Amino acid sequence: MPAEPAESAAPSGPWSQTPAPPSGGPPGRREGEQDHTSARAVLEGPDIRRALTRIAHEILERTKGGTDIVLLGIPTRGVTLAERLARRIEEVEGRPVPWGSLDITMYRDDLRLRPARALGRTELPPDGVDGRLVVLVDDVLFSGRTVRAALDALGDLGRPRAVQLAILVDRGHRQLPIRADYVGKNLPTSLRETVKVQLAENDGRDAVLLDKRADTPGAGRERDGRDPR
Amino acid sequence: MLHLISAADLSHSDAVLILDTAEELAQVGDRSVKKLPTLRGRTVVNLFFEDSTRTRISFEAAAKRLSADVLNFAVKGSSVSKGESLKDTALTLEAMGADGVVIRHNASGAPYRLAEWVRGSVINAGDGTHEHPTQALLDAFTMRRRLGRLADLRVTIVGDVLHSRVARSNVALLHTLGAQVTLVAPPTLLPVAVETWPCEVAYDLDSALPKSDVVMMLRVQRERMQAAYFPSAREYSRRYGLDAERMARLPDDAIVMHPGPMNRGMEIAAEVADSPRSTIVEQVANGVSVRMAVLYLLLGGSEPALGGGER
Repeated sequence: MPAEPAESAAPSGPWSQTPAPPSGGPPGRREGEQDHTSARAVLEGPDIRRALTRIAHEILERTKGGTDIVLLGIPTRGVTLAERLARRIEEVEGRPVPWGSLDITMYRDDLRLRPARALGRTELPPDGVDGRLVVLVDDVLFSGRTVRAALDALGDLGRPRAVQLAILVDRGHRQLPIRADYVGKNLPTSLRETVKVQLAENDGRDAVLLDKRADTPGAGRERDGRDPR
Repeated sequence: MLHLISAADLSHSDAVLILDTAEELAQVGDRSVKKLPTLRGRTVVNLFFEDSTRTRISFEAAAKRLSADVLNFAVKGSSVSKGESLKDTALTLEAMGADGVVIRHNASGAPYRLAEWVRGSVINAGDGTHEHPTQALLDAFTMRRRLGRLADLRVTIVGDVLHSRVARSNVALLHTLGAQVTLVAPPTLLPVAVETWPCEVAYDLDSALPKSDVVMMLRVQRERMQAAYFPSAREYSRRYGLDAERMARLPDDAIVMHPGPMNRGMEIAAEVADSPRSTIVEQVANGVSVRMAVLYLLLGGSEPALGGGER
């Protein structure tokens, strides 16, 4: 998927929010996402690199060396970010950090509002999450619904000692009492804007794009501030 | 596509979506909580007019792992034994608000009729000698897991093709997925017009085996046989049964499948059924994952995710 602008689990967002499926996938999800003509890059590659380096150090500081941490990314771009963070922490501390992915599709609160969608991948490190400090990683924090779903999904996989949240971009407009522990950039946005994170591994380049939403009359999705499909 | 009645209705992308979804859902069985909240509040009715152990239990396990409410309806002990028609049974289910109906019936076409009478999704769990699409899906899933691909896979289906809904569904689905299917059976156990099916037909098992990546042995369905299709069980077994000696003719990485229930000693020898090449137990485990995927894709969203064609 070329772009995933925001939190994935709002009650009535479009298909384009879904984590990319293993292959193929239901129709309709990518429409209109190729057009970045009016998009403005608010973060470029070096900014993202610096933000991740800082987050890596903050995680180490806050967890006092991070001996029992597990980084779990939320597909698709959260997984890429989790891998990058794990690599940075390894560079600093000189020991590998377990990381994995946590698909939240089956735990979303808007499943009934859209056609069933393809699933992302859930892959835990071999030692699991029991008794460890899990840092959830995602690209954009928006409504908070993805994170709520992730907490539910995590609860079915084991019992971490604690759970923290690392996010590349916090764009505000929370609909649930959820906050991030580590934030790459706070990006004040209006609901009429979209935020798209691009990562080299997924999209061929690193950037955070801010765009105006194309107005579709009667789309009825405005309160989520997401792309109409 | 609201219903899953025939494997032939599935497009290539639908079939791959089901297999990929099943691959992810297979992990649920290994977790500490073997349950997903996805179908909470939805009702799935198991409507079995014919005996079945693994299919009914498999559907029940699949629905329960997705947190659906499951109502089991067995013909024995129900009003059907008092003469209730399929339509009246369907209307009763409709009144109970079934979101999904899993039906097995001894009459070919019963799920198709049922689909006209109920609003929920109808899933065919075997109708007469017609189709058994979830069995074909779990067979394809098992092949893909074991051998890593389906395209150009050489699959030989052996035995009672005439009475086998499993064979029909497998031929349709495997053709869609790009595998090459060969049916091997005595001429009396091949259906009329089998030459129009998208597969090859052969009569000699021994020459087919060296060219097979997968051998699927079908059960000899004695209960459906109204006539003498072969002289004796012993003769059938000698010509079309898979024993250790025949299995040795297979390529090294070939697998042996059987949809169950097996007639050990008839179409498959016990030593073959229990050999490491046999995927029979795996097929049962994979059945739950595949049926979860089908239930999720048909019932999980606002509308079914299948039937999208090649978009």
